[in-house]
This record gives sequence, structure tokens and C-alpha cells, in this order.
Amino acid sequence: MIQGITIYEILTLTTIIFFIGVYGFLTRKNLITMLLSIELILNASAVNFVVINTYLYPESLQGVFFSIFIIAVAAAETALAVAIIINLYKLVTSVEVEDTEVMKY
Amino acid sequence: MDFTYTILIPLIPLAIFLLLGINYNKIKPSVSGVIGSLGLFTSLSLSYYTAYQYFFVVGKVDGVYQTFVQKWRWMSFTDSLSIDMGVLIDQISVMMLIVVTTISFVVHIYSRGYMKGDPGYTKFFAFLSLFTFSMLGLVLATNLFQIYIFWELVGVSSFLLIGFYYTKPSAVAAAKKAFIVTRFADLGFLIGILIIGFYTGTFDFETLNAVDSGNLVLDWASTSFMGLSVVAWALILIFMGGAGKSAMFPLHIWLPDAMEGPTPVSALIHAATMVVAGVYLVARLFPMYYFVEDGFALNIVAWVGAISALIAAIIALTQTDIKRVLAFSTMSQIGYMMLALGVSSYEGHDGLGYMASMFHLFTHSMFKALLFLGAGSIIHAVHSNYLQDMGGLRKYMPITHITFLIAALSISGVPGFAGFFSKDEILVAAYEHNKIIYFISVFVAGLTAFYMFRLYFGIFWGKDKTYEHLPHESPKSMTIPLMFLAFMSVAAGYIHFSEYVTADHQSFEAHLNYPLAAIAVGVGMIGIIIAYIFYKKPNDLPDKVSKSFGRLYTWAYHKFYIDEVYMFITKEIIFKRISTPFAWFDKKVVDKTMDLVGDSVVTTSEKIKGLQSGKVQDYAFAFVAGAVVLAMIFIYNWII
Repeated sequence: MIQGITIYEILTLTTIIFFIGVYGFLTRKNLITMLLSIELILNASAVNFVVINTYLYPESLQGVFFSIFIIAVAAAETALAVAIIINLYKLVTSVEVEDTEVMKY
Repeated sequence: MDFTYTILIPLIPLAIFLLLGINYNKIKPSVSGVIGSLGLFTSLSLSYYTAYQYFFVVGKVDGVYQTFVQKWRWMSFTDSLSIDMGVLIDQISVMMLIVVTTISFVVHIYSRGYMKGDPGYTKFFAFLSLFTFSMLGLVLATNLFQIYIFWELVGVSSFLLIGFYYTKPSAVAAAKKAFIVTRFADLGFLIGILIIGFYTGTFDFETLNAVDSGNLVLDWASTSFMGLSVVAWALILIFMGGAGKSAMFPLHIWLPDAMEGPTPVSALIHAATMVVAGVYLVARLFPMYYFVEDGFALNIVAWVGAISALIAAIIALTQTDIKRVLAFSTMSQIGYMMLALGVSSYEGHDGLGYMASMFHLFTHSMFKALLFLGAGSIIHAVHSNYLQDMGGLRKYMPITHITFLIAALSISGVPGFAGFFSKDEILVAAYEHNKIIYFISVFVAGLTAFYMFRLYFGIFWGKDKTYEHLPHESPKSMTIPLMFLAFMSVAAGYIHFSEYVTADHQSFEAHLNYPLAAIAVGVGMIGIIIAYIFYKKPNDLPDKVSKSFGRLYTWAYHKFYIDEVYMFITKEIIFKRISTPFAWFDKKVVDKTMDLVGDSVVTTSEKIKGLQSGKVQDYAFAFVAGAVVLAMIFIYNWII
């Protein structure tokens, strides 16, 4: 609970962050920036969990736990994604998403 | 008395087959021949011991021969219907044991000389053992299904042995032909077995053949199909199987071709043992044949036998391949056995035909095996199957000459030889039952004498040919079997068969019927004399006579074109008129429908595969758009 800031303002902020992430994921051509966009989406939802937990159900802690889970999953996912990108780079000497169309075969 | 040990009689050859078959590269030919012969000798001794025990010690109780059955349940379908495996010891099975083991043993000994130096020597003995096992199993079978299993095994071993020289295309074709024709006939056999199993609920010979009142089979005989009881139909179908194996008209076409196999095989399988399996089958089910529908099926047996005997004898007159002459002669003699069964009644002296048929089976197996082994000895010396390549051989091969003469006299029914006694009984049985069949049999007896002596004079007398390699007498291992069989061809006739093998299991006294015997002997003599005039010295009489018969001669020479008729039916009618439309339907309709399904899947996927661009962002966009649409639907329906 932060004094002077309502839940609406925070939810508006996280929505903005979420759609910045979606926009970035759909438009960026570089795999690394796409990965960053995914991090934005995840962070937005993690903040949502915490905020809703604190403002609406202050007596419980599930939302906080969920955000910790999301952070852990995001870390694992990033590690995996970076490993894939490095291998892909070895294969096609590029991290541009257009050069990874071989996926469909 | 426990006859369980008889199970060893077929099992020993099976063990030998496995031993020789698995190690056929490792065992030396000289050893494998000895192993095969010794194994068979054990079976032979056991069979003779069984025969002695059965006929002279324990078999007969109060003047009736008993049936001993030892069986184990193998598969059970219902409470009463099950398939058993076991041994059945009665008069005909013991008699067949003796025939099969004796001939098989003799052929083993003979083959050691005949097949010497052949690359497939061990394999040959393995196959011989397999055949002997199957045939003995068939003989000892306790029920229809067991006999069917061994029936097919016999067919397989016959196939293997006919095609023994598998590098020769004609041998391969002959093996296939024999297999397919007999398989086709066995289809009838199988359907017959299934009908019997369905309506009577048993496969067991003992139950089926029980002829006292309250019999299952006779109860069911009232269920009719197309004006004939189903059991009679089943018996006719079973006889179809028997006719196929026994080379009865019109399923005989495989037998002459089967002569492509090695000659000892022809002697063992296609003269003495396997081809009489059909006769044995009818004899095995004789009470059924006789009592169901007043012997309707039995009448068919009689007529098929008579017609086969006649046709085969006429064809045999014209053939020049000596083995083929003997093949047709076999078919004709089996026709005799069939017709004798067909004219037989059940009880006492009326069962003469049954006893005569078994008697003829016994003597025929001896002298026909002798004829084939003699032919093998001749072919061994001359390296040809054809009569025109032979002549004057009596000087070179005295033992073969004498033994062949004895066999020829025996088959022609000359008094004193075995064939005379058995043939006489058949003629008496035929005379008492059906005059037309009797006249056919007498006529065939004359033809038999003629074609046998045509062979005899053609081979051993006739023109004095000059041979490139001087023919010489065959080795001891081949002549000793010949001499033994020659002895049997005379001695077998003096066994009082009516005392041992009868339809109703009781002995009766059979006497020679002198007037009928005189007629048969007279006809036979005429045949021999004509053959003597025609073929003793080379002359042009045979040509003139065959010309005077004109078309009939050509027809007989081409075996009445029965092969061609089969070819016509299969190729022109079945393949062209029936199979080709079916094949068209299959290719154009059934296959095309399936192709259409497959093709439409391919074209559709070809069209929509552009959606799958492989770009991560396209997928993500579709995902987001989908999520947005779902969210909108959700909001529209439940929130607003």
C-alpha cells in the first residue's frame, strides 16, 4: 500500500508496460530485443500480482508468491532462450529473426 | 494293452528330420544316409512289433478286432468338440504302418545308391524323414482335424521332394502344380470337416464311425441341403480332398508332372504311400460313407474310381516317358481301390470290396514301388526317361530285368503273383454290386496288362540299341531293395487279408471266384500277347494300329487335353472374365477412392501451408490476436 497512489494508476502503468512488451515482441527483428520484450511482459504481470494482492487482499500472500515464481521462471526461460540464440548464431551467424525461418522445416 | 509307444513310430523320423535338416551342412553324406536308414529301421521294427501284438496277441476279442485309442486334448472348443492329438490303432492303421515303414525303409536303402554324389544328399534324406513322419502321423490320426494337419504336412513334403531339383524350371513348375491342385482339393476337405464339426459336434473317428442306434451322425443326417443331407455333402467334400491327394479324375493332373522328382520319391510318395491317403481316408470313414443317405457319397466314390481307372489306363497306353506310364498306372490302380471301396457293403462277406481295396492297396504298394525303383535303376543306367532311348537292356541289367518282370506280372494279375489275388477280390466285389463297373474294371485289367508289357518289352527287348555309355547293373544298395520288393510282390498275395482287415472288424472267409478269375486272367493274357506281338521285335504294327485309332490316339496322347481344359478355365474364364473385372474394379474404384482422399489432403495442405511461415513473430501475432478476440467475446458475453 503506497500512500497517495491508487490501484488504478498502478494498473494503468502495468498495462502500458505489458503492451509495450507485446508491441516490441511483434515488431523487433532482433532476437535479443524480443527476449527483452518478453521480460517486460512478464514483469508487468508480476507487478500486477503483487499490486492486486496488496490492495485488494492485504491479509493473504499468494500474489507475492506467484510473482516470485514468475521471476524464477523468467530467469530459467532467459537462460534457455539465450542458449538457443547462441546455438542459432553458430548455425546461421545471425540473430535476426528473418534468418531463422528454417524452423518450419 | 497299451499301445502308447506307437507314438514313437512317427516321432523317430521327425527327430531324424530335425537332426539332418538343422545340420545338413555339417553331416557327411555317407553318415546322413546311415542315420536316416537306421532311424527308419527303428520305426520299422516298432511297426512290425505293433502289428504282431495287434493281429496275433491282443487285437482280437471274441472274434472282433478292437480299436485302441490313446489321445491327449490339444484344443477344446466346447464340451464335446475338441481337437485331440493321439494314436489310433486298428486294422487299417496297423496295416498302413507296415506299408509306410516298409516302403520307406526300402526307399531309404535304395536312395543311398541312387542319390550318391548328389549335392543335396543330406537334404534329401531329411525330406524323406519329414515325409515319413507326416505319413505315419496321418495313418495314426484319431480325428478328422489331426488327419487334416498331417494331410497338409504330407502335401508340403511332397512339394519339397517334387521340387528337389529346384534349379530345373520344370521341377519347380511341377511342385507348384502339385501343391496348388491338392491344396484346392483340400479346401473341400476342410469345408467338409467344418460341416461335420458344426453339425455333429465331434471330430473323433470313433464317435463318427459308431454305427449302432442313437448315433449322432445319423441323427444329423436328416438336416438337408439341396435335397441331400448335410453330412452327405460333408462326405462328398471330404472325398474331394481324398480325390485330390489320390489323383482321381478330374484332380489327377498333378501326378504325371510330379514325376519330375527323384525316382525314389516317386516310388515312395507317388506310388505307394501318399497317393493312397485318399483311399485310406474313405476307408477310415467307411461306416459313415456307407450308412449316411444309403451310401450316396459312396456311389460317387465308386464311379470316380472307375472313371479314373479307365481314363488313366487309356492315357498310359500312349505315353513314352516310362515314369509317366507308371504314374498313370498308379492312378488307374488307385481308381481300382476307390471303386472297390465304393461297391463294398458293411457286414461280413458283403464287405468284400472294403477288404479287397485294402488288400490291393497293400500289394499295389509293393509291386508299384518295385516298378518305380526298377524304372529308377533303368534311368540311372540309360540317363533318359524315354522309351525310344531304351531297348535290349536285359543283357546289361539282369536283376532289374527279372524284378521288373515279376512286378509287371503281378500288376497284370497273372495267377500266382500278388496282384492276381487282390485284383480278383476287387472284380468279385464289383461283379456282385454293379455290372457296369465290373465291365470297366475287366477292360482296365486288359489295358493294364498291355501297357505294362509294352513297357517291359520296350525296355528289355525290342530293338538292340547301341549305347554311348554301356549300361551296367546298378549297385548292390539298389538291387537288394529290388529283390526284396520282388519277393514281396509275390508273397503279399498269400496273406489271408480277409482274416485281418475287414469293414466290420470281424474275419470272414474269402474264396477265389474261379469263373471271374478266369475271365480276368484271360483278358490280361490277351493284353500281354498283343504287347508281345507289337513290341517283342521292332516292327511297324504299333504305328499302324495307333494310326487306325486316329483322333482317339491323339487325344489319349495329349492326356485328353485335361490340362488344357484347366488352363482354359483358369486363364480364359477365371482370370480374364472374372478376375480382370474385379482387378479393374479394385484399381479404378476402390484404390481411386482412397487415392482421392489422400490427394485432397495433399492439395489442401499445399494451399494452407503458407500460413506456417516459420517466423516467430507471425505466430506471436496470431496468438495475441486470438487472445484479444477471446477477451472481447468474454467481455461482451459475461461482463456487459
